Amino acid sequence: MPAPLGLAIAARHLSHRRRQTVTSLLGVALGVAFFIAIASMMQGFQQDFVNRIIDSSPHVTIKDEFRTPPRQPVENVYPGATIQLRGLKPKDEVRGLRGGRAIIAALEQIPGLKVAPTLSGNALLRYGPKDSSVNVIGIDPDKERLVTKLEQDLIAGKLEGLYTAANGIILGEGVALKAGIAMDDLVSVVSPEGVVLRMKVVGIFRSGLTLTDNFDTYMLMKKAQVLQNRPNVINRVRIRMDDVEQAEALAKSIESRFGYRTESWQEQSSNVLGIFVIQNAIMYSTVGAILIVACFGIFNVISTVVFEKTKDIGILKSMGFRDADIRRIFVYEGLMVGCIGVLMGWALGYGLVEFMGSLEFKMEGFVRAEGFVLYRTPKHYAISGAMGLLASTFAAWLPARRASRMKPVDIVRGAA
Amino acid sequence: MTAIPILEARNLTRELPGPVPVTLVRDIDLGVGAGEFVAITGPSGSGKSSLLYLLGLLDAPSNGEVLVDGLTTHGLNDNQLADLRLSRFGFVFQFHFLLPEFNALDNVQIPMRRLGLLGAGEIRDRAEMLLQALGLGEHAHKLPEQMSGGQRQRVAIARAMANDPAVILADEPTGNLDTKSAENVFSQFRRLATDLGRAVVVVTHDTELAARADRRVHLVDGRIVP
Ligand SMILES: Nc1ncnc2c1ncn2[C@@H]1O[C@H](COP(=O)(O)OP(=O)(O)O)[C@@H](O)[C@H]1O
Ligand SMILES: [Mg+2]
Repeated sequence: MPAPLGLAIAARHLSHRRRQTVTSLLGVALGVAFFIAIASMMQGFQQDFVNRIIDSSPHVTIKDEFRTPPRQPVENVYPGATIQLRGLKPKDEVRGLRGGRAIIAALEQIPGLKVAPTLSGNALLRYGPKDSSVNVIGIDPDKERLVTKLEQDLIAGKLEGLYTAANGIILGEGVALKAGIAMDDLVSVVSPEGVVLRMKVVGIFRSGLTLTDNFDTYMLMKKAQVLQNRPNVINRVRIRMDDVEQAEALAKSIESRFGYRTESWQEQSSNVLGIFVIQNAIMYSTVGAILIVACFGIFNVISTVVFEKTKDIGILKSMGFRDADIRRIFVYEGLMVGCIGVLMGWALGYGLVEFMGSLEFKMEGFVRAEGFVLYRTPKHYAISGAMGLLASTFAAWLPARRASRMKPVDIVRGAA
Repeated sequence: MTAIPILEARNLTRELPGPVPVTLVRDIDLGVGAGEFVAITGPSGSGKSSLLYLLGLLDAPSNGEVLVDGLTTHGLNDNQLADLRLSRFGFVFQFHFLLPEFNALDNVQIPMRRLGLLGAGEIRDRAEMLLQALGLGEHAHKLPEQMSGGQRQRVAIARAMANDPAVILADEPTGNLDTKSAENVFSQFRRLATDLGRAVVVVTHDTELAARADRRVHLVDGRIVP
């Protein structure tokens, strides 16, 4: 059958059933539009989050920990044997990266890497009657500014303030707000070792990552070592790289070379990245459900057309139309609904995305944001278009097959 | 009427299987030549329609065979039968089965477009010519619902003629027409046989019209009786 003939018959069938056709068109269009809107919102959010992490956190962090407990000498003597040891006491080791300076020196030889040591630990920030638990990070500002975005994130003060003040400290915005601390205020920092330092607030930063802003504080490495009573000790090495995609590979090679647990930014944010996977699954199943409903709509129209057009199917077949011709006519009807529905959905989806882009509001979750961060890509249009067409073709296929299998003699006899 | 038959039934039997098998037609032998007009008559339920469906390759016999142009159609698959119907047969049914969404001109064009031998312009010209010949020139752009029963039936005849078939089969084409329309439609069939040399088989229970056929085949209980 020449395609124009089949298309002409299909188009007439649909245009004479306008209300039902429009209903199923809307089903497809809504499914497609929601996909585009939700996908651009979710991917925009996720991309933004990842960008913020890549921007403001180190790409690779070496920690003073080991992934597996140390091997006992007896295990080396009898490899592979079943060994049971009782009453093991952990060695009283000084925590920290042993040979930290050598590790840093070695890493600095690799091109494309910026390396900064830190000593981080917990402390209590005391200001007036208010105590807040904070994460104290001792840094070397000249190296820090190469590795993290701390300097750019400062909304008050300067990184140099750490050098110029006698005892300077930089606070996250959340820390400062909660305790009511302002620039140049004096606070007491109390460590678990019992050391107390009077420090002056020389800077406040806002990274946009809620957890960081609410807990992190920075001071000079020397002060942190005094506070923690661990002279000359560092317990983290943070690395920034030119090519963030190489982070996992680099982490692996550092860990196997130096033995210390080394985490890439992906590993450090694996809980959040895991949530993204679930988010995406929810998005796809939501849109899938909408399309299934649209499928029912199309199935319904085309089944109705097949039922109402039984007489026509009989006459077309007796006239010499093949089974495949009849099937094609009704599949064309599904495809028409699909194509037009997809086009409408694209337009609607585009409109929705632009509308969301124009909204402004304040939101605080994993990240602080003003309005939706939207990700626009032709990929979303391609995926939703393919799903819409697939769904409508599939929905049309079943009634079309039924129509093609009708015996003309049964139809003609029944009507005579 | 001495030429070899265009359409021939040999020993044709059709039974519907089931717990109580129903015999629709039994042991039919019939040949129709070019230019011959055959009327099938008989009481209601005698198997006239069933015979016509078998002759038109719409139904398959339980026994015997149908030959077209002297060749058996036994063993042809559904697609081959459809192609044969498309090029060699024209059907007219009692309830004129026009496609309701298409106007008269489009309805007549559909078989030609399906066959695809002519260009769009030629198809249109031929459809107009066929409608003209049946006196429907000024109704070409009307939808079926805008026409009378007689007019619709003539559109159906024009459509049956579209691919220039050798055989025209009609099942009670005048069944629900008034006398004047019936007369008009019947004379068209007469013309197709006499002037255009088609083999025409018309089922009718109107004995007066049947009398004007070249030959009458009378069915009773699915058998031909003299
Ligand atoms: N599908 C069927 N099932 C059972 N009986 C049928 C079926 N089709 C036709 N018949 C019976 O077969 C006989 C012949 O029918 P038909 O060919 O339509 O006769 P006519 O056209 O002469 O009125 C009738 O008795 C009819 O009731
Ligand atoms: Mg009948």
